[in-house]
Amino acid sequence: MPSTSPEAEVAPVAAAPVPARPGPAAPDGDVVGLGRGRAMVFVAPALVLVGVFLVFPAVWTIYLGLLDYSLTGSAAKAPTFVGLGNYVTALGDPAFTRSLYLTLLYVGFSAVVGQNVLGFLLAWFFRTTHAVVRNVLNVLVLLAWILPGSVVAFLWQALLDRRDGTLNAILGTTDYAWAIDHPMAVIIVFNIWRGTAFSMLLYAAAINTVPRSHLEVARMAGARPWQQLRDVVLPTVKRHVLTNTLLITLWTFNDFSPYLLTGGGPDNQSEILPVYIYKEAIIGGHLGYGSAISLLLLVANLVIAVAYIRLLRTRSHDEATA
Amino acid sequence: MSAAASAAPVRSSARTLAPARTVATRSLVYAGVCVLVVFFALPLLWLVLTPFSPAPSYRATLSGFTLDNMAKLFDNPQTWPSIRNSLVLAIGSSVLVIALAALAAYALSRVRIPGRDQLLYALLLLSSIVTGTAAMVPIFLMLFQIGLIDRQVGVVLVLSGGLLPAAVFMLKDFVDSIPRSYEESARVFGASPSQILRHIVLPVIRPGMATVGVWALVQVWGNFLVPYVLLSDPAKQPAAVVMYTFYDAGGQPNFALISTFALVYSVPVVVLYLVVNRRYGFAFQGGIKG
Repeated sequence: MPSTSPEAEVAPVAAAPVPARPGPAAPDGDVVGLGRGRAMVFVAPALVLVGVFLVFPAVWTIYLGLLDYSLTGSAAKAPTFVGLGNYVTALGDPAFTRSLYLTLLYVGFSAVVGQNVLGFLLAWFFRTTHAVVRNVLNVLVLLAWILPGSVVAFLWQALLDRRDGTLNAILGTTDYAWAIDHPMAVIIVFNIWRGTAFSMLLYAAAINTVPRSHLEVARMAGARPWQQLRDVVLPTVKRHVLTNTLLITLWTFNDFSPYLLTGGGPDNQSEILPVYIYKEAIIGGHLGYGSAISLLLLVANLVIAVAYIRLLRTRSHDEATA
Repeated sequence: MSAAASAAPVRSSARTLAPARTVATRSLVYAGVCVLVVFFALPLLWLVLTPFSPAPSYRATLSGFTLDNMAKLFDNPQTWPSIRNSLVLAIGSSVLVIALAALAAYALSRVRIPGRDQLLYALLLLSSIVTGTAAMVPIFLMLFQIGLIDRQVGVVLVLSGGLLPAAVFMLKDFVDSIPRSYEESARVFGASPSQILRHIVLPVIRPGMATVGVWALVQVWGNFLVPYVLLSDPAKQPAAVVMYTFYDAGGQPNFALISTFALVYSVPVVVLYLVVNRRYGFAFQGGIKG
């Protein structure tokens, strides 16, 4: 790809000669008469930026993960090729295997179960509830989702503080250090609070696609709410459950915000993989080792994303053939 | 479709609903709702109450009202540069993303470039798997080696690269939905491609560009990890990172400063969200008149 500056690439368009006569619109929709060449020039700057700052780092991770490479010390001057050595080290390192285990706990309980179930319950409840209750709850859940991560992390620190925290004040417990005694539970509850909004919005939209007449028929036939849910709503919403679960799993897997709440501590008890990578590579300077772990994260992301895209494709295929 | 018809089996026994039971389930549901309201509201209380509290601490209490904390925020020499840094990063990335995404999205929508659909799918896939967390090591090292570490332009480029695929995707959808008759009629009247782009296409896709721009702005404004990893000079760090430096020598947070700062830093995000949300129902309306 030519590395000309975006300005230089766009310039010819402004100076383009006026066509002698307006030809008929091209059948492929190129009504302006841009032509393939100029279209590629239009796309090129975006591709260059994405290529350099997104694709290259991802590919480079594969190579870096095979090196003994550090920011400081002898391994900084001359990185040596160690093959799969970093991966062997990782598997033998209890800190890594524990981090992996904690990550699975975190993703499983906060996203797959927590956000999923709570988001669905909220969406289901919103269907019939009074508008005032719905709006209040809706605004609160959305606020938790849209506020900047730095702010919400501090809000939770204030809530859970050992001496003056609001939670201790309400419960009447004194000197109870929630984030130190139950770090995993804290970050799991925190993430449910933080991320339920997405599942709620998605399920609310999905439940809306269930035709009202079907629910009406079910109600006339005497189906109670949970029977309507099971027999009418769930079959329609089933695929959305999968979509939602894949997306929130992907995001929670890559979530760095627990670091702002517990810093991975105490004693690495809440050190999920993103925090582990940060501490090993950026703080500890073990770039080769950190890259190897990053690659595992990338591969996991890839598997989830491919599953998601396949799901979307089969869905549009189903709709096309239905 | 057929599932729903068969999914409503007649349950004759269900007609015999005991009223006591409905009352019980109803109160259970409302108890649950109360718990949820408290759960979601409790952490937010601090952000609302503490900035105006005469004695700010970790505890969110309603003990009077003062604007002294705001005065402290205005007097602090650290706060405004960090807000300015946030603005530089957010606006810089947003403008870059809008410009490059609009060019790419328009070309991809209107011209059949070979491999276009594969390219779009590859972009979608990439943007979701190469996250800041997964790529922080190679990005850190790359910027370190090309001399962009601890420079705001490095953060802008990295964040823009990450946001661009989704931005191109969203904008292409938007351009796809615009009828081609605008461009066609301009062409019939002999306008050149550059004239059509500037005077017809640009005004028409401006709402889509605005939406994508606001989206990028909010994403960058709230991002903690990327500037945290890439910027070490406190004078260059944005608000998201600087918020964690307002501690006194004893390690106690400066509550007056943090609470007001958190509020000032959060308000733009909420306002922008509301604006976008109100406009979300926006569909391209109108048409060629006359």
